[in-house]
Amino acid sequence: MMALPLIIIIAALVVYPAIYSLHLATLNKSMERFVGFGNFEFLFKRETFWMVVKQSCIFAVTAVVFKALIGFFVAHFVHAIPDKGQRKWRGMLLVPWVIPPAMSTLAWFWLFDPSYSAFNWLFALLGIPSVPWLGDPYWARFSVILVNVWYGAPFFMIMYLAALKSVPEQLYEAASIDGANWWQRLWYVTLPMMRNIISITVLFSLIVTFANFDIVRVLTAGGPIDQTHVFATWAFKLGIEGGDIPLGATVSLFMVPLLGVAAIFILRDITKRGNEA
Amino acid sequence: MTRASVSRRGVLKGAAAVSAVALSAPFVRGAYAAGKLSVGFWDHWVPGANGALTQLCQEWAAKEKVDITIDYITSQGNKNLLTIAAESQARSGHDILAFPTWQPADQVKNLEPVDDIMTELIKQNGKVNGTVEYLARSGGKWIAVPATAGSQIKGPCTRIDLLKQHAGIDIQAMYPAGSAPKADGWNMDTFLVAAEKCHKAGVPFGIGLGQTSDSVDTAGAIFQSFGATLIDDKGKIVVKSDNVRQALDYMKRLTAFLPADVSAWDDASNNKWLVSGRGSLIMNPPSTWAVAKRDAPQIAEQLWTHGMPAGPKGRFSPFLPYFWGIWSFSKNKTAAKSLLMRLSQADAAEKMVVASGGYDLPAFEKLTTFKTWAEEGPPKGTLYHYPNPHNHQTLSIAASPAPPKIASQIYTQATMTKMVVRHFQGEAMEKTLAWAETELEGFSRS
Repeated sequence: MMALPLIIIIAALVVYPAIYSLHLATLNKSMERFVGFGNFEFLFKRETFWMVVKQSCIFAVTAVVFKALIGFFVAHFVHAIPDKGQRKWRGMLLVPWVIPPAMSTLAWFWLFDPSYSAFNWLFALLGIPSVPWLGDPYWARFSVILVNVWYGAPFFMIMYLAALKSVPEQLYEAASIDGANWWQRLWYVTLPMMRNIISITVLFSLIVTFANFDIVRVLTAGGPIDQTHVFATWAFKLGIEGGDIPLGATVSLFMVPLLGVAAIFILRDITKRGNEA
Repeated sequence: MTRASVSRRGVLKGAAAVSAVALSAPFVRGAYAAGKLSVGFWDHWVPGANGALTQLCQEWAAKEKVDITIDYITSQGNKNLLTIAAESQARSGHDILAFPTWQPADQVKNLEPVDDIMTELIKQNGKVNGTVEYLARSGGKWIAVPATAGSQIKGPCTRIDLLKQHAGIDIQAMYPAGSAPKADGWNMDTFLVAAEKCHKAGVPFGIGLGQTSDSVDTAGAIFQSFGATLIDDKGKIVVKSDNVRQALDYMKRLTAFLPADVSAWDDASNNKWLVSGRGSLIMNPPSTWAVAKRDAPQIAEQLWTHGMPAGPKGRFSPFLPYFWGIWSFSKNKTAAKSLLMRLSQADAAEKMVVASGGYDLPAFEKLTTFKTWAEEGPPKGTLYHYPNPHNHQTLSIAASPAPPKIASQIYTQATMTKMVVRHFQGEAMEKTLAWAETELEGFSRS
């Protein structure tokens, strides 16, 4: 009874849209006929679809790996700062994460702008040839990943910092007495103690990054020649801009099994370790 | 319980008394006797342009005793497309909505036919151009009314001084203000030579090859001037043709003289390119000139809007009409039709043209010679040729004559600009055509 409001909210905002998306994905283009898995079959034959699958994986995995690495190292640096000065560093480092991404991406767009890139302006001053940040497929992919890493790394940093602070100091003392060097302390003490936080953070970030829309949309809108589209932006392009809502729904639903598999593996690992403890 | 017995004679007496009172009472008409009307217009980006439309609607509402509500819906972030999708799904919302170019064809089943209005308007204002007919007629019926607000031609907007200095072309002599074009020599070959010379001089033409409408429109018009059709009017894929190969080859040569990053350009890039003084020509309605007038008057004074170069199969210029449509689930279709009739009168269209500084374009042939276009400046007459007053070019839309439901996919997915970029970046012609063919097969599904 006490949980009823929450159940109603989840049913209205999560379950209903999910079921409705499934229903849409089974209709033909004009939404008048049931076609079962017809839209999925159609997508599997499309070169662009497989390119989007590949790009979504490259985008999500690369960005999450870099966010995790940067977050991990920066968390250690911040952890090493004396408590008195740590707060302002924590605050400053969180800035990219607290600015709405659509807004900060606009600032990045200005830095990468095809004709008026601030970076290229600086390069010109230094005599370095300009870079086609958004005009060349590889640079465009690099740019969207870079912005995603810039935006997401502080989240990893703050999560890992919290995990680091919860590692009992006695463990490090015991390791030191046993003659462990800094690498052994990291490998045998810090990482095992942080493992669950790392898994959950990576899973959460993987889901959010896979479903990212705003960064790609604002920066490249999927271009050039579709080389930076991810599931969400391509679904929008097909469904809303292209007027093929069922196909757009089908593309966005394709993320579910991919992320579902990732979630099962990661969460199973966490449960296993929880039981071991 | 008591029951009153009612006799037949008593009922008749009562009815007679009521009738007498009703007929002798004065006829009182309420302030909103004709009911309510909810309208969603496109939110114009020219400041003050919405005001003229609001005023016209309110005057009409007061006269017709209609309680009108007006929303201006931006196209930023596709909010207008999202609104159309949401209302068609929910089958409720506004009575009248502004529909961008391809939307009437997409929503044909949800729109009220407007043959009665269009028949009358064509009688009054002359024929509409072929693009309007192609986009707003389905199954022999008119499904939307061409809107003045938002409709535009995306022809060349040229720097008079730079084209004269670097390419030796006097564009004002070719397109003199107040008289017919003398542009027989303005063709794809001279255009290419001019592009090369301006590129060498460091002021290249700014023609985008991105995925947004400005880029697609230009590519579409150039393809059409070579007779390059991807899908014919019957829905048959005809991309592997010599005309398409010719158009692709031309575009490849042209792209070599454009800025290096044009594949990443959006609809703002070309505007910025011209206003910054770095370019000598773009393809755009006069919004760029209007911005230049405000931000860079010395550049605005050198801008001239004119016709497209001709290709082997004719002179085609991109026309992007907006439409006003009435939902089939509207609760006040009579009032909706009356309002659309009013907004399509010559004086109403002229008010919108004036308010938008000449940006808006009526689609009817008798409404292309308003004073605004002849007098706007500086330089005076810069917009004279914008509405195609001498019918000197064919107004068209990219991806036509394919059936609109398929053409809208070609347009939205920017198939033509992608073909050009792929081929320009080194992909073999036949491979590009094969890729396009598979894309087109996908668009053709029902």
